[in-house]
Amino acid sequence: MILKATLNGFATAIKGMLLTIKHLFGARGSRKEFDIRKENYFDEQNGVTTVQYPKQEMPIPEVARYQLEVEIDDCIVCDLCAKACPVDCIDILAIKSPEAIGKTSDGSVKRLYAEKFDIDMAKCMYCGLCTVVCPTECITMTNQYDRTTTKLTDLIYDFGEMTDEEVLQRKQEWTKFQADKEAAKAK
Amino acid sequence: MYELFIHILIPIAIFSFIALFTLFAVYAERKIAGFVQDRLGPMETGKYGSLQTIADILKLLQKEFITPTVADKILFAAAPVVIFSAVFIGFAVMPWAPDFLPANLNTGLFFIMAVISIDAIGILMAGWGSNNKFSLLGSIRAIAQMVSYEIPIGLSLISVVMLTQTMNLNEIVFQQGVLASDPIFFFGFWDVTQIGGLFSWYIFQAPHLIIVYIIFFVATLAECNRAPFDIPEAESELIGGFHTEYGGIRFAFIFLAEYAMMFLVSMLGVILFLGGWNTPLPNIGSFALADWTTGLYWGIFWTISKALFIVGVQMWIRWTLPRFRADQLMNLCWKVLIPIAFVCMAISGVWRIIVMV
Repeated sequence: MILKATLNGFATAIKGMLLTIKHLFGARGSRKEFDIRKENYFDEQNGVTTVQYPKQEMPIPEVARYQLEVEIDDCIVCDLCAKACPVDCIDILAIKSPEAIGKTSDGSVKRLYAEKFDIDMAKCMYCGLCTVVCPTECITMTNQYDRTTTKLTDLIYDFGEMTDEEVLQRKQEWTKFQADKEAAKAK
Repeated sequence: MYELFIHILIPIAIFSFIALFTLFAVYAERKIAGFVQDRLGPMETGKYGSLQTIADILKLLQKEFITPTVADKILFAAAPVVIFSAVFIGFAVMPWAPDFLPANLNTGLFFIMAVISIDAIGILMAGWGSNNKFSLLGSIRAIAQMVSYEIPIGLSLISVVMLTQTMNLNEIVFQQGVLASDPIFFFGFWDVTQIGGLFSWYIFQAPHLIIVYIIFFVATLAECNRAPFDIPEAESELIGGFHTEYGGIRFAFIFLAEYAMMFLVSMLGVILFLGGWNTPLPNIGSFALADWTTGLYWGIFWTISKALFIVGVQMWIRWTLPRFRADQLMNLCWKVLIPIAFVCMAISGVWRIIVMV
């Protein structure tokens, strides 16, 4: 009984060792195909799978769930992405404009200035919900994944393009517009 | 004065060999582990990571001595020394080439068995002295394992000694090649005294010694706490086992002892079963390959290359087989290896009386 189990153990051990030595000698070369989207990806069973990252990169889809990117010119500052975000990593402040500012590339009318458009990638859970709700598709996920930093605040990406003076000016314009409206109402 | 000089020089030479071997073996181990698992292993330090272990040892040498506050200071400090010196002394009787060995003892084999057992005390000292439950558990396991596995080792050695009729390792090797004084028979029927080579190794002088060698190999794997018998260190259960609390050069010495032990038992197996410094090439007619490849330098070359091959097999096994459970370990030892070793011992006695005489 125990002898049978032992012999079986030895036999399976030898089987396993033959398997590992196959891999040991198979490691002389690297696997050719690193792209999992290719049909023949699983055909190669031997060879080194390591991708020596900074020198060598693995092919990834152009738009995958990696870092977020905002095309601020196309943004209508609707705040939908910030509302959709489950972890509240998007911080948007808007300044109203008295008249339409311009049009986005898909034809939507912009009526708000983005005073602040911060995305905290340290909080982001890469769910992609913000990219789904965006009406103008200005917030997208890119193929960038390597943004290592030594400071946590470096991970807060600032996509707003307005300078402080500009913000002040736009705010004044809006207050003036409001004041004018109030004055017109009071007359 | 000259003798004193020699007595100092030889241990230094052996120590440097062990240190170099350990540096090489750790690198080889990590590379083998990588290749077996389809990885690359160390690649960044030096060309193909070849300076990795040198960087490792430099790091270990620079570290400060840390002794846990509740540890038994004396035991804790003495344990690495005991563990390493136990293995180190074992090299004293190992023949490297014909008549080229530090001490030509008539009780060489017995001496090795005795000093290697001291290793267990060192491990217990380390585990107990650390005052850490994982260390203590690790050392308890180590002791249980090493004491149990000393029995199949002892029995398999007796099987060989019955045939060799001597415990002098130097003479044991002499009996396995072209320099033998007594006639040698391949499997007991073919006179290979003049042919030598592979056929005159003890493993081929009597067929049951193949089984004995397997028992010896498995038991020595357990004796040096190598996977699949690494339950004393069991990284996934006990952090590091008995050396959990060690760091710096003390850890380096424990590590050195582990690799020195691997080489020692591989070399012992080579000496007893695989012809030691004898060449594997036989004399074929006028091509006296065995005579040509026997000598001081050839002897050292064959000893080291055979031992390194066995060390390589140990590494290969480590990265193939999963760890044994404690009860499986004891079952294998007491219910399988020891009975078979006893049977082989009996066969050895019969073989000596009926076939070899």
